[in-house]
Amino acid sequence: MPAVTQTREAVEKLGQSTYKWGFETDIEMDMAPKGLNEDIIRLISSRKEEPEWMLEWRLAAYKTWQAMEEPKWAKVAFPPIDYQDAHYYAAPRKKPGPKSLDEVDPELLRTYEKLGIPLHEQALLAGVEVPEGERMPVAVDAVFDSVSVATTFRKTLEEAGVIFCPISEAVKEHPDLVRKYLGTVVPAGDNFFSALNSAVFTDGSFVYVPKGVRCPMELSTYFRINAKNTGQFERTLIVVEEGASVSYLEGCTAPMRDENQLHAAVVELVAMDDASIKYSTVQNWYPGDENGRGGIYNFVTKRGACRGARSKISWTQVETGSAITWKYPSCILQGEGSVGEFYSVAVTNNHQQADTGTKMIHLGRNTRSTIIAKTISAGRSDSTYRGLVRVQPKASGARNFTQCDSLLIGDQCGAHTVPYIESRNMNARIEHEATTSKISEDQLFYCRQRGLSEEDAVGLIVNGFCRDVLKELPMEFAVEAQKLLQISLEGSVG
Amino acid sequence: MSQFLEISGLCAQIDADGQKKQILRGVDLSIPPGEVHVIMGPNGSGKSTLSYVLAGREEYEVTAGTATFHGQDLLAMEPEERAAAGLFLAFQSPIELPGVNNANFLRTAVNAVRRARGQDELDAVAFLKMAREAAKALSMAPDMLKRNVNVGFSGGEKKRNEVLQMTLLQPTFAILDETDSGLDVDALRIVAEGVNRLRAPTFSALVITHHQKLLDYLVPDRIHVMARGRIILSGGPELARQIDQEGYTKFLAEVA
Ligand SMILES: Nc1ncnc2c1ncn2[C@@H]1O[C@H](COP(=O)(O)OP(=O)(O)O)[C@@H](O)[C@H]1O
Ligand SMILES: [Mg+2]
Repeated sequence: MPAVTQTREAVEKLGQSTYKWGFETDIEMDMAPKGLNEDIIRLISSRKEEPEWMLEWRLAAYKTWQAMEEPKWAKVAFPPIDYQDAHYYAAPRKKPGPKSLDEVDPELLRTYEKLGIPLHEQALLAGVEVPEGERMPVAVDAVFDSVSVATTFRKTLEEAGVIFCPISEAVKEHPDLVRKYLGTVVPAGDNFFSALNSAVFTDGSFVYVPKGVRCPMELSTYFRINAKNTGQFERTLIVVEEGASVSYLEGCTAPMRDENQLHAAVVELVAMDDASIKYSTVQNWYPGDENGRGGIYNFVTKRGACRGARSKISWTQVETGSAITWKYPSCILQGEGSVGEFYSVAVTNNHQQADTGTKMIHLGRNTRSTIIAKTISAGRSDSTYRGLVRVQPKASGARNFTQCDSLLIGDQCGAHTVPYIESRNMNARIEHEATTSKISEDQLFYCRQRGLSEEDAVGLIVNGFCRDVLKELPMEFAVEAQKLLQISLEGSVG
Repeated sequence: MSQFLEISGLCAQIDADGQKKQILRGVDLSIPPGEVHVIMGPNGSGKSTLSYVLAGREEYEVTAGTATFHGQDLLAMEPEERAAAGLFLAFQSPIELPGVNNANFLRTAVNAVRRARGQDELDAVAFLKMAREAAKALSMAPDMLKRNVNVGFSGGEKKRNEVLQMTLLQPTFAILDETDSGLDVDALRIVAEGVNRLRAPTFSALVITHHQKLLDYLVPDRIHVMARGRIILSGGPELARQIDQEGYTKFLAEVA
């Protein structure tokens, strides 16, 4: 559903139901009261008009969560989060947005411009409001164009038999599919944050690609328009049947307005025989200021199950945002000959902290996995690659290749590589390579002597360092991701 | 009238393990437009340091003296501003840039200086055409443009790549720091021709070399001998031939 319509409908719905539930009617404060308890979960479920089983599922997850403790093993530090001091349900827009681009933070606009984002999308991303019944102040046709483009996309997908809709819609429209797969890859009780997400998720996508269908388009193209709707507790479920394939991109290179500090998403992928899923992420949430104030805590659980023989799941991520990132997209390689891939670029600058990596669990015979992780640290940031490769006794002929490269910019940042290798099969072959390098003065001077500014030089060198990962991204995003890397590292040298 | 390049009393030092080490001890040198000058001198005399200081490498601290380029204070400019103003340095040891495609690097550089010089940027097609022609003129294999900058290049390939960059960036003043060392006779000729193609009344060069061979092709205007951070002797092209036959020792003893 196009962003604008969806937002409008959601707002309308809230307008009707607020009174009924006796919550604050102040339009600017259209949200549940602070705190988390069973009533809040019931409220979320009923606002989403969910069936009973979904509510039961949420409540069970909530019980599990209550008995759990926040994980402490990651190499990140942050003040304690008071989970009762947050709103778990809010209208899509708490405060009125800016009325035109003139009111938007010029710093944000400067970044959009550098990324080459068209004007109408800038307005959308910055949350510029369109007064009711009035024409959009900028590029009105362009906005409505993208809406109609989205509708066309939707039709193309329907004709191919692909289901692609908000998860809350799928719960109502395709309950059998959702029930069959939800929580089967990431059980609610998997970890503290997945339990929390399972109890309170409100946004996210559902994708189902039926047997033998190659999804006729990159779901990225569509998602780009919808990107604004990514929520605090996102829940995504992608199921790809035998011989089918899909490429999905989440996120956006542009930094987005978001007042929620805690993000705890769960993404589950299921691939059957000969199916393939390519999941790409560009994450650029607010990282906090130069002094480490503010910024998003991004605690994500992403996991894919290669259930079928010769199935393939490929994760590609470019992580530049958030104050804290805690994220390990993983593959469970169950089907014989299945393939898992993880390509990652993680950039930290200023006071950002990232603890990210992957888990490749080899269960089936002749399963293969590849891990290419590029870590770039600048400023006073700290970045850890944490990766697990586990080969179970039955996984004869399993192979893994891991390459972890760290690039340091300046001498106040940190980079750490923590590989865990557990092999319970004699026939498995596991290779691990790791390098740490610095952008040298020689390299910078060489580039500057050729006329490049220091920033362009850093951008060029960093993009060179990340090339093996960036080439895995869908074309149109690879170009933006390159620019994004450079922008993220601005002011990190000199 | 202000010279094209005018260096006077230039002193520079470096911080080596916490100790200030004086390297340039009063270099005087002026190069008029259109001329090719040569610096010879024993290893460690400061030739590369002079080229780095002229190109703006920050590790070297200029403690005295001046350098002007077209009457502008060269020492006050950033390295990239010097490049845009027309200064090019062919490095004695070219630097590797892993993962950075050579053609992409060259185009970024060419467009950066074009922008700074108020010229239109080149699109990918126009640039590639130009780069391929220039590479061919230097007898470089076509795949050199696709490879990563200097990564896995042989010594000779690196030197040719420097000359390729020089050709594309169209400097008005080029410093070639031992660009001839490690080249076989054929490569030497190709590199020399590359420099000669740039020769014009508005183009000057400062060539650092130990060998007469390169000079046979380049036909320089002046020869300078550097020792212990100073130009100790200057002369015509015959001076280079003399050094080539007799070595530096005699000249060093004469001035000492
Ligand atoms: N970065 C540096 N750190 C320490 N010493 C240096 C550095 N650069 C140059 N030197 C010293 O300065 C002197 C001159 O070096 P250089 O300019 O490379 O000479 P040349 O090019 O004439 O052989 C040498 O003694 C060299 O060791
Ligand atoms: Mg030298």
